[in-house]
Amino acid sequence: MKFGSLILANLLRKKIRLLLTIGSFAVALFLFAFLGVVRDAFNRGADVAGADRLVIINRTSIINPIPLSYRDKILHIPGVKYITHNNWFGGVYKDEKNFFPQFVIDPENQRQVFPEFSVPEDQWNTFVKDREGAIVGERTMERFHWKVGDRIPIKTTLYGGGSWEFNIDGVYRGKRAQDDETQFWFQWDYFEERIPDRLKGNIGWYVLRVDNPEQSPRIAKTIDEEFANSPYETKTETESAFAAGWVKQFGNIRFLIVTIGSVVFFTLLLVTGNTMAISVRERTSELAVLKAIGFSDRSVLFFILGEALVIALIGGLLGLLLATLAIPVLATALNGMLPNLILSPALLAFGLLTALLVGIASGILPGIGAMRMRVVHALRRV
Amino acid sequence: MVKVDATGNSSLIQVRDLDKTYHRGGEEIDVLQGLNLDVNQGEFVAFMGPSGSGKTTLLNLLGGLDVPTRGKITVSGDEITHMSAGKLTEWRARHVGFIFQIYNLIPVLNAFQNVELPLLLTTLSKAERREHVETALAVVGLADRMKHFPRQLSGGQEQRVAIARAIVADPTFLLCDEPTGDLDRKRADEIMSLMEELVARYHKTVLMVTHDPLVASRAHTTLHLEKGVLVEGRQIAQDTVAGGMA
Repeated sequence: MKFGSLILANLLRKKIRLLLTIGSFAVALFLFAFLGVVRDAFNRGADVAGADRLVIINRTSIINPIPLSYRDKILHIPGVKYITHNNWFGGVYKDEKNFFPQFVIDPENQRQVFPEFSVPEDQWNTFVKDREGAIVGERTMERFHWKVGDRIPIKTTLYGGGSWEFNIDGVYRGKRAQDDETQFWFQWDYFEERIPDRLKGNIGWYVLRVDNPEQSPRIAKTIDEEFANSPYETKTETESAFAAGWVKQFGNIRFLIVTIGSVVFFTLLLVTGNTMAISVRERTSELAVLKAIGFSDRSVLFFILGEALVIALIGGLLGLLLATLAIPVLATALNGMLPNLILSPALLAFGLLTALLVGIASGILPGIGAMRMRVVHALRRV
Repeated sequence: MVKVDATGNSSLIQVRDLDKTYHRGGEEIDVLQGLNLDVNQGEFVAFMGPSGSGKTTLLNLLGGLDVPTRGKITVSGDEITHMSAGKLTEWRARHVGFIFQIYNLIPVLNAFQNVELPLLLTTLSKAERREHVETALAVVGLADRMKHFPRQLSGGQEQRVAIARAIVADPTFLLCDEPTGDLDRKRADEIMSLMEELVARYHKTVLMVTHDPLVASRAHTTLHLEKGVLVEGRQIAQDTVAGGMA
C-alpha cells in the first residue's frame, strides 16, 4: 500500500502521544472484555438452559421447600419425560473464601435430566453405591488439587450443622465450553439421613424434561394447577426463565455493565477524538500542501481515518490480548464466585469492532475539518 | 514572450479579464482587477509589487488553489476557472509544481519520501517512482541526501528538496511563492541558479512571486502588480542588481 509509509510516518510523529493513545484503547478494551465476560457469566444460566427443561420451585420462594411426594404426581402429567430434584447445601470447605456450589442430587435421574454433564461410567457406578460419595466438577477438582478417592470435609450451618465427610468418587465434565464445572454433587439418601427430622421429605426444587418443548407452557400450567391451594404451591417455569430470574436477584447486572461500558467507550472517544483533533491541527500546513500538490479531499480524510483506525486496531488488539491472558487469572482470583469466565470469539470480535468504530468516530470530525480546509487559507496561516 | 493585455491564443497560460474580490466584514476588497496575461512555454516570469498588490492571489488563481470572481484562466487549452474542486485537484496534480517560501516539506518524511509524494497520485510502479525521484534529486544536486530528513538539511537544501518535489511529476509549469524569502543571499543565489537551469536546460515554465529585485532580475520578465492591476515589466536599474547576483 503506497500510502502506508505516509500514515505510519504521521503516526510515529509523536511517539509518547501514540503510546498513550494506544494505551487508552488497550485499557478500554481490557475493561470491555472483562465486563463482557462477567455479564456473560451471569447470563450463562439462561444461555445454557435446556430448551426442554422446566424448573419447579415453591411459589413463595426458592428457599421454601417442596415435598418429595410431588414427584410421582408430576411424572404422571402427560408430556413429562424425566424428573429429578435438588437441594442447595451451602457448605464451606475449610474457609468461606473457598466457595463452590454444592447440590444434593437424585442419582437415579440426574443424568437423564442433565445429559450435558458426563461422568465416566465406572466412577458413576462407584458413586451410586457409595452413600457418602460425591461427584465433583473438573474445575473445582483442579482448584483444590483433589483427586478421586480423596475424603473431604464440608461444614454446614444449615441442616443441623456440623462437618459432613464425602468420598470423591468421580469427576464430571461439561460437554460444552460454557457448562459449569464447579459444582459438587452428593447423594439424596445421605442428605436425607443426616438432616433433622423436621426437614426430611422436602426437596429444594424439581427439574424435569419434557417430550416436546412446545408443550412446556401447558405442562407448567398443569403442574401449578395441580398443587394450587395446597400448603406448598408451586411455580413452574422454563429453565432459562428461572436462570434469568436468579440473575435478577443480584440487581440489574446488564444495565450496570452496559452503563459502565458505555462510559468507558465515551471517555475513550473523547480522549482519542481530542488527540486526533490536536494531531490534525498541528499539521494544517502539511495537509494544505498535500492538497495543493493534488491529493484529494477524500485522500486527506482517508489518511486521518487510517491513522485513527491503526491506533484503534493496535490498541484494541493489545487490550483484548491482555484480557485473554488476564481473565483466567482473574477467574482464579475470584475463587469460583463466577463460574466459567469465558472470553468468547464473539465477544472478542464485538470488542474489536467497537474499537474500530470508536477509531472512526474519533477521526471523522478532524478528518472532515481537514477535507473542508481551504488550501489558500491554511497556507496563509503558516 | 509574456504579454500583458494580450489577445493572442497560442500561449501556454492565458489570463483574461481576471477579477478577484474578497469580502471582509461586509467590505469588498478588489484584489485583482481586469487582469490579462499570456505566458509562453519555457518562460520565466517574476511578479513584483508591494504587499497587498495581489501577487500571491494571482499565483493561487493560476495554480487552481482559488477561484476568480470573474474572468478566465486557460492552461494548455484547459480552462480551469470553471472546473469543479475535484477536477481542479486532479488538474493541479498533473500540471502544477508548487514551491513555497518556507519549503513546506513533511518533517516526518525523508527527502526521498517528500519528493515521491506527487508520484503517489500516479499509476507509476514503485521502481518507476524510485527512478523519477532519484532523477529529480540529482537535478537539484541532492542525490546523496535522499535519506535525510528535513531537520537534517540546511534551508537551501530543504528548498532544493521542495523544488525536486515540484518537478518530479514533470508539471506543465512551476509556481514559486517567494522561493528565496527564507534564505540568505548565497543560498538564494544558488536556488535562482537552479531555477534558471530548470528553465534553460529543461525548458520549464516558471512563474515566481518575489519582493527581491535581485531575485526578480534572474527571470526573463518581471511584471509589476499595483493595486490589483498588472503593469508592463520594467527594466530593473543596473545599480540595484550590481553585486547581488552571479
